[in-house]
Amino acid sequence: MNYHWNWHIFLEPAPNGTGSYLDMLLSGLVLTIETAICAWIIALTVGSIIGVLRTLPSKMASRAGFAYVEFFRNMPLLVQLFLWFFVLPEILPQSWGLWLKQLPNATFYTASIGLGLFMSARVAEQTRAGINSLPRGQKLAATALGLTTAQAYRYVLLPMAFRIVLPPLTSEFLSTIKNSSVAITIGLVELTAQARAMQEFSFQVFEAFTAATILYLLINIVVVIAMRFLERAVAVPGTIGGK
Amino acid sequence: MFANFDFDVIRRSLSYLFLDGMTFTLTLTGLAALGGLMFGTLLALMRLSGLTLLGRIAGLYVDLMRSLPLVLVIFWFYFLVPYIGQWLTGSSRPIRVGAFASSLVTFILFEAAYFSEIMRAGIQSVSRGQPAAAQALGLTYSQTMRYVVLPQAFRNMLPVLLTQTIVLFQDTSLVYVLSIPDFLGAASKVAQRDGRLVEMYLFAAVVYFAISLVASLGIRRLQARIAFVH
Repeated sequence: MNYHWNWHIFLEPAPNGTGSYLDMLLSGLVLTIETAICAWIIALTVGSIIGVLRTLPSKMASRAGFAYVEFFRNMPLLVQLFLWFFVLPEILPQSWGLWLKQLPNATFYTASIGLGLFMSARVAEQTRAGINSLPRGQKLAATALGLTTAQAYRYVLLPMAFRIVLPPLTSEFLSTIKNSSVAITIGLVELTAQARAMQEFSFQVFEAFTAATILYLLINIVVVIAMRFLERAVAVPGTIGGK
Repeated sequence: MFANFDFDVIRRSLSYLFLDGMTFTLTLTGLAALGGLMFGTLLALMRLSGLTLLGRIAGLYVDLMRSLPLVLVIFWFYFLVPYIGQWLTGSSRPIRVGAFASSLVTFILFEAAYFSEIMRAGIQSVSRGQPAAAQALGLTYSQTMRYVVLPQAFRNMLPVLLTQTIVLFQDTSLVYVLSIPDFLGAASKVAQRDGRLVEMYLFAAVVYFAISLVASLGIRRLQARIAFVH
């Protein structure tokens, strides 16, 4: 292979004047994490609500939840981001559209919200699966104790359901981090975008991508370890995972 | 809001969008699913082979691919495939690889990691009695896999494999980052040429939505019809 390796490239100053190439990649890493966390907060909040809706006895509610999930699951994330970023400002009333276009950090907000809603459909499916996996007796016992539906969910069903679906939720969170790289298409300069920029400035393709790969692997490892601690801390006593 | 919505731009570009763009997308999806399934099955067999080294290698590969964003992997292979080609053909310089070949290699290698996890679950869902009976009949390991275990594993996992193929279908839109005219790329090209972002992106969204929805409803019907064999 006649590729010219140069691992010192990371310490050389980047042409965009913000420090070395390594600084450039790290700033991308920070933006990746920020976007993923914001998106995850949205995904978890909205997803839980939709997931609960789908388990309610009301036909209307569960149909609305179904429609929501199908809507966000059947379009590529890239297309959804384009809809939020390019289409939404155009179809809003003119003054709103103008305000949206002039918003500072518009790509960051768009990426967080778009990715958050995209992931919320998946979180909703996990939440629903968690609630449905509980024995029917739980809901019945809560009702027999005189809890309202809201109380039954708040004190009985959700605390159990979330602990059961914690492992799949962890992989959804990891997907959120990975998927944040799709926002490169609307101009968010996260980790993958910075690696790409470094490749274009320095022509050191494989060093740039190797560094990005290692950083992504590191994030994965940190998240997996943190979630393992969380899983152990909240494991349901009396189950295989619990004490 | 839709007062100056230009339907004509969609009508004018229909043949470009579908004959060029959608053909590319569907061909890529189909071939990548086929290749990914084959390589993925091989990876699953490696992991279940009981040979430590082989299992480790396959496990490492699967874990690596699954912890990287597809966009990064697309970039990786876009630059790497010419060098792999050079190494394979023994030529003196990196060979030129077309957009389609490059993205096909990427998607096969990337999706194989996901398909392998599905096939692994499928193989493990086949009851122990099956390979035992096959061995009692005198079948070799490869015959047991080929005629007894894999067909049942494949059948059990068919709905999941198809669902993963829908995900793959949606993921192929990411070749956009290499400016390849797949369906979305074609829509985007027209959108930028004619300044009709709203029309083209909405239309692309509707088409992706319709195809994925119909396919996933079809899978749900299939799931109800085929019985899970143990």
